Amino acid sequence: MEIPVIAIQALIILAIFGITLLIATYCTWAERRIAGFLQDRPGPNRVGPWGLGQPLADAVKLFFKEEFIPANANKWLFIAGPSLAMLTALMSSAVVPFGNTLVLEDIGPIRLQGIEVNIGMLYIFGVVSLGVYGIMIGGWASNNKFSLLGAIRAASQNISYEIALGLSLIAVLMMSGTLSLREIALQQAEPLFGISGMNWNIFYQPLGFIIFLTCAFAETNRTPFDLPESEAELVGGYHTEYGSMKLGLYLFAEYVNIIVVSAVMSTLYFGGFNFPFQNEIGALLSNDPRIAHNIITILGTVVFFLKIFAFIFFFMWVRWTLPRFRYDQLLNLGWKGLIPLAIINIVLTGGFILLSEHFGW
Amino acid sequence: MQLTNRKKVLEQKPMTVAEKMYLPAIFNGLSITMRHFFKKKPTIQYPEQTREFGKEFRGLHVLRRDEQGRERCTACGLCAVACPAEAITMVAGERKKGEEHLYREEKYAVSYEINMLRCIFCGLCEEACPKEAVFLQNDKTVPPRFERDEFIYGKDRLVEPLNQANSKDNIKYRY
Ligand code: SF4
Ligand code: SF4
Repeated sequence: MEIPVIAIQALIILAIFGITLLIATYCTWAERRIAGFLQDRPGPNRVGPWGLGQPLADAVKLFFKEEFIPANANKWLFIAGPSLAMLTALMSSAVVPFGNTLVLEDIGPIRLQGIEVNIGMLYIFGVVSLGVYGIMIGGWASNNKFSLLGAIRAASQNISYEIALGLSLIAVLMMSGTLSLREIALQQAEPLFGISGMNWNIFYQPLGFIIFLTCAFAETNRTPFDLPESEAELVGGYHTEYGSMKLGLYLFAEYVNIIVVSAVMSTLYFGGFNFPFQNEIGALLSNDPRIAHNIITILGTVVFFLKIFAFIFFFMWVRWTLPRFRYDQLLNLGWKGLIPLAIINIVLTGGFILLSEHFGW
Repeated sequence: MQLTNRKKVLEQKPMTVAEKMYLPAIFNGLSITMRHFFKKKPTIQYPEQTREFGKEFRGLHVLRRDEQGRERCTACGLCAVACPAEAITMVAGERKKGEEHLYREEKYAVSYEINMLRCIFCGLCEEACPKEAVFLQNDKTVPPRFERDEFIYGKDRLVEPLNQANSKDNIKYRY
């Protein structure tokens, strides 16, 4: 790689970092706004137009609060917990393909993606499961029984649902034959019923998607599976003892996780940066294939973000609709419901692949 | 022992397959919340918007004057006695010669104070007053202030202004 390519790649990584944080910031605002609207009230609307300054006000508040560490807490781990949660949340956005390639005349194609690795899916899976360490360490280090209970719940919940998550993924991987998120996204650019860019995996894997979605809720500790926090039972769960920006990091990490999970779901099941009629639109806008390609890429990135926003909205919508599951219900659903379903899904997918190869569909 | 015949045996039916899948119930719930998302919000944006008061609303007190602009209160102290919150204090004084245009009766209130932090706006003072002097207005409230002593309203703020011009509390209060 030459210098400009590296520089551009660094810029893209920086941009992804910034955009993720920006969206996460505004998720805190959107969450409360949406919660308000779903409950027949307007939500925060005082700071700036539509309350858009609210995240800033919150950040200022969190930063200026006292850095408090409980006397009996393990000081280093107490700080390491939220840092780790944030770190793992941000790390996972590195391999998400936010767009196709931009072809520049002298430099050549540039991928709108942090880094392209051929094991992208595995990487995300690994990093996301590391995320529970942040919660575990934080909950344990605070030396508080509520925190510890929350942390233990988080650990067992994440372990249970990661299995179903992985199994539901396997069905997608069987179809695509690759672990690279970019290639999975590119495969969905094929036409379906003559509509280009519509070959989305959701049409082949509806069951897998529902399993993945459910597990995503559990992995990000969102309602109805927010048992690690469950303020009604555990005070504040794993972050009972946390205040100021350390609490902010935990809350932030949750939103970053939601963004990453939304991005992964859009990539795996909803065509990633592909959108319907993309070839036709590109051809309509420009005759030069290079420019047409670039236009589609930019539009595709916009569409990809719209998909992410739609998922984020869905996450919030569900949060303010459903009550929390009981712990035994949670584990029953995970082990007795989702895992068998995911295995059935794998078998069905395998059967269909075999049949389609046999009959040459 | 059976006390009433309203006892109901609670049946615990096992969940049906559809219920076990949770999904139908979840979609039901989601559609309900989505309907609320688009509903008009009944919120009143308080300092900018205020709720309309009813005709019977008991708000800020006023000490009325009669048709000739004289203070009606005769400092009889009945309102203070009636007040369950003991919010009213007053000092009585005798009307001098030449003050007939100011006070209706020979005795008048030199000072008359209502502590608005004690007051529960029950309206008993209004009922007790034989001279129809003290009233609770139905269109004004006690505006928020920062200092406690600002809530002790003296005659300067209670007595009806002569020309009904703006008193301190007639000015629309803004943050
Ligand atoms: S309204 Fe009731 S509490 Fe208030 S001053 Fe009159 S009698 Fe007292
Ligand atoms: S306001 Fe009425 S009840 Fe109270 S002292 Fe004056 S005249 Fe008497």
